[in-house]
Amino acid sequence: MSSPVRKDPAAPAFAIVNAGQPGDRPATPKKVPHKGGAANPSVEALRAKFGSVIGRHEVMWGDTTVFVERTKVAEVCAWLQSDPTQSYEYLSDVTAVEYRDHVRPIEVVWHIRSIKFRRFLRIKCEIPKDGKTPLEVPSVWPVWKGADWLERECYDMFGIKFAGHPDLRRILLWEDFKEGFPLRKDFPMRGRFSRSEQLKNALAADPEARYSMEEISIADAYGDLPLDMRKRLAGGEKVGE
Amino acid sequence: MTATRTVEVAISHQGLEPEMAGENMLINIGPQHPATHGVLRLVLELDGETVVRCIPHVGYLHCGFEKIGEYRQYNQIIPWTDREDYLNSMGNNVAFVLGAERLFGIEITERCTVLRVIAMELSRIISHLVWMGTTCIDIGAFTPFLWSFQERENVYKLLEGWTGARLTTSGTRVGGMIADVPEGWVEGLRGFLDRFPKTLDECDRMLTRNAIWVGRTVGLGVMSPQEALNYGLSGPMLRASGVDYDVRKDFPYLDYETYDFEVPVGTNGDVYDRYLVRTEELRQSVRILEQALKRLPDGPVNVDDPRVILPPKHKATSEMESMIHHFKLVMEGPRPPIGEVYVPIESPKGEKGYYFVSDGTSKPVRWRIRPPSYVNLSAIPKMVEGHLLSDVIAINASIDIVMGEIDR
Repeated sequence: MSSPVRKDPAAPAFAIVNAGQPGDRPATPKKVPHKGGAANPSVEALRAKFGSVIGRHEVMWGDTTVFVERTKVAEVCAWLQSDPTQSYEYLSDVTAVEYRDHVRPIEVVWHIRSIKFRRFLRIKCEIPKDGKTPLEVPSVWPVWKGADWLERECYDMFGIKFAGHPDLRRILLWEDFKEGFPLRKDFPMRGRFSRSEQLKNALAADPEARYSMEEISIADAYGDLPLDMRKRLAGGEKVGE
Repeated sequence: MTATRTVEVAISHQGLEPEMAGENMLINIGPQHPATHGVLRLVLELDGETVVRCIPHVGYLHCGFEKIGEYRQYNQIIPWTDREDYLNSMGNNVAFVLGAERLFGIEITERCTVLRVIAMELSRIISHLVWMGTTCIDIGAFTPFLWSFQERENVYKLLEGWTGARLTTSGTRVGGMIADVPEGWVEGLRGFLDRFPKTLDECDRMLTRNAIWVGRTVGLGVMSPQEALNYGLSGPMLRASGVDYDVRKDFPYLDYETYDFEVPVGTNGDVYDRYLVRTEELRQSVRILEQALKRLPDGPVNVDDPRVILPPKHKATSEMESMIHHFKLVMEGPRPPIGEVYVPIESPKGEKGYYFVSDGTSKPVRWRIRPPSYVNLSAIPKMVEGHLLSDVIAINASIDIVMGEIDR
């Protein structure tokens, strides 16, 4: 183990910072306008750097949203994170929005934050629901490791694929969940299957099948597996869809 | 010379366990295991007793909160926010309405602001006390568990007097609170604030210099500041690694910038530092509560905004207009303008935010929870790698996870 061990555990181990500098810190936003207001300066920097890749931007309730071309998101994020004038070192959230509208595109949303400059930026890209555009965006996992589970959840709930994610599996739902992607608007609240179908599936599942495909490949215990898992493994299944 | 050494190595290798080398074992912890703090399942690949690899599994509690929220009016979602991070239920209630109020464009009253600060800091105390108690149990100390749970019970009594419920408080409404604090409540809180630091000192004496505690926590699960940021850790997890980021200071809400409190920041980013940071946060919460009690102004709790606030009951039952108003607010629900908003707060676990997208109807198009312990937990494979199996329990405890929030 290479972890550093504290030499004197009795010594005060932490520093108290920001004591007595109330003027140095920002204040609670009051009377935030619905639309308009000063945009995040990073938008202009992005336009200067990437040009037409950056689409429109809007300021709503104090937060700036900038639209980025679908295939270029990871590139833009990598620059925002590494450039010292931007320094977006923190990824807050990755999620998606589907509107109650058959035409309006699905939006993938990244909430990123610069702790150094105290800035917040919402990056969006649009995926049209024309049936031709693939539901796929580049993964920002190489930029922020925190994107790992957030992207997996987004895939799990919306079916959006994140190209370049090392291990894009379902996370909150089980691996062979067959009903689709629950947060899509065409997914009914009670699920796609009837109660009797759900019961049938539950009863048919093998409770002995406890390990995921990945773990089995680690364990190399193929011979000890229940038959249905061996079948799934033989079929090369990785993600339950 | 070379030959001699070869022979020696061969002999010693033979003398140990010849066939064991290179064979890793796969073991499974949870989901039904008290030390995983809920239904977390960890699959560990072990080399002897050392963790080579950890694969976490979550989702056993998934109940689709975000989907349900798309079918509910804003006030109707508030009970769901109790049930995700159930140790911070008041804090979640407040976080939810802060986001919703930004979306509606509502400015809350001064008394409500201070009451909400009190609610948030009380739930921070609850959450950190539960963390301390359960972590002590995990590591083998029983007494601080009893002390911290006793104090937690006192806070629950206060919350019960205010909202009627201990755990699932649902204490806020868009534009205000469910109720003002009852008579005598403030004195009850003062009494708690007098007693509580003593208990904290006792726990401190039991743990901070305790050789077993130090031995079981120092140097475990170390995250460097860069790693902690890159993995998206937040809250005490991030600050223990030495990154000074607290939403209350950096992106303040509820006038937190006017309170005099400090943000503890660790240096080593190990389990011990996380303990120190959380203990110090408890003390700072007490400071904030004392200041909040001092400044608690008189006046109304709810805003005077008929878009969201129900008319008084006696008017709703006696005047036609008020009755219609009441009916429309309950049946149709308040409608925010089209827009979207993400308001983060500093929950005991870290940066928690609710992201709302509204299309102008009374139900959100998208209600997203940014779960801090979900993101914090995603770093556990990195943290436990190379540590012993028994240390996995301590590291997992230090993350302070609540499965209700992770699975939602």
